[in-house]
Amino acid sequence: MTIKQISELLEANVLCGADRLEEENDMVFASDLMSEVLTIGDHSPILLTGLCNMQTIRTCEMGNLNVIVLVRKKKATEEMIEEAEDEGMVLMECDYSMFKACGLLYNAGMRPIF
Amino acid sequence: MHLEYQVYEADFVNAGSASSAVKKTLKQLNINPKIIKRVVVALYEAEVNAIAHAYGGTITADIEPDRIRMVVADKGPGIPDIDWAMQEGNSTASPEVRDMGFGAGMGLPNIKNNVDKLNVSSTVGVGTTVEMEVMFV
Repeated sequence: MTIKQISELLEANVLCGADRLEEENDMVFASDLMSEVLTIGDHSPILLTGLCNMQTIRTCEMGNLNVIVLVRKKKATEEMIEEAEDEGMVLMECDYSMFKACGLLYNAGMRPIF
Repeated sequence: MHLEYQVYEADFVNAGSASSAVKKTLKQLNINPKIIKRVVVALYEAEVNAIAHAYGGTITADIEPDRIRMVVADKGPGIPDIDWAMQEGNSTASPEVRDMGFGAGMGLPNIKNNVDKLNVSSTVGVGTTVEMEVMFV
């Protein structure tokens, strides 16, 4: 799916990285635990997370993850948006629960990394 | 090339700045992205540890043609039982650290999985030194 299709499916608000919306990605990783995000090896899935702070952005930077969806109505800070923008990431906010967001993406053909 | 950074206790806002700077340097040096990821995942976990568990410390990275050597030396309470701390799931993290998305007892095991050489030495009441080495080839 394109990042744009994902944002539409999740009714998400794209905060930065609009220039990457036509890029495709077919994998998702969902976790609130950043150490877990750092264990996924060479993959670069979309991250769904309810963790909303600077470490969310930094962890994705270290792990080469370029698309972050904040679930559960979490709102990014200005600082987070700036950092994500500097790193060329797509950052979006979604009101859905983690379960609903994952379910919608799975039904639409997105796949886990394991 | 020698790089050096200071990190400070509970400075979660800047946690990862040193690892980020090392990542950018390695990218400029055209190091294989897969190797860069291993380096920065290990360094980032160690950096977060120094900020979360200790009273800050010093991070040094020495980049040589075939490898990077990194040392994270913290001033802190030290680790009474390193073997226990190396086991996944064991953690002494505060609720604040857990709120930051860490503290699940995965840091040291994550470091071990990403480096070619690791040495953790610690003196209770003085601090902990994590020495890591990753080969570029």
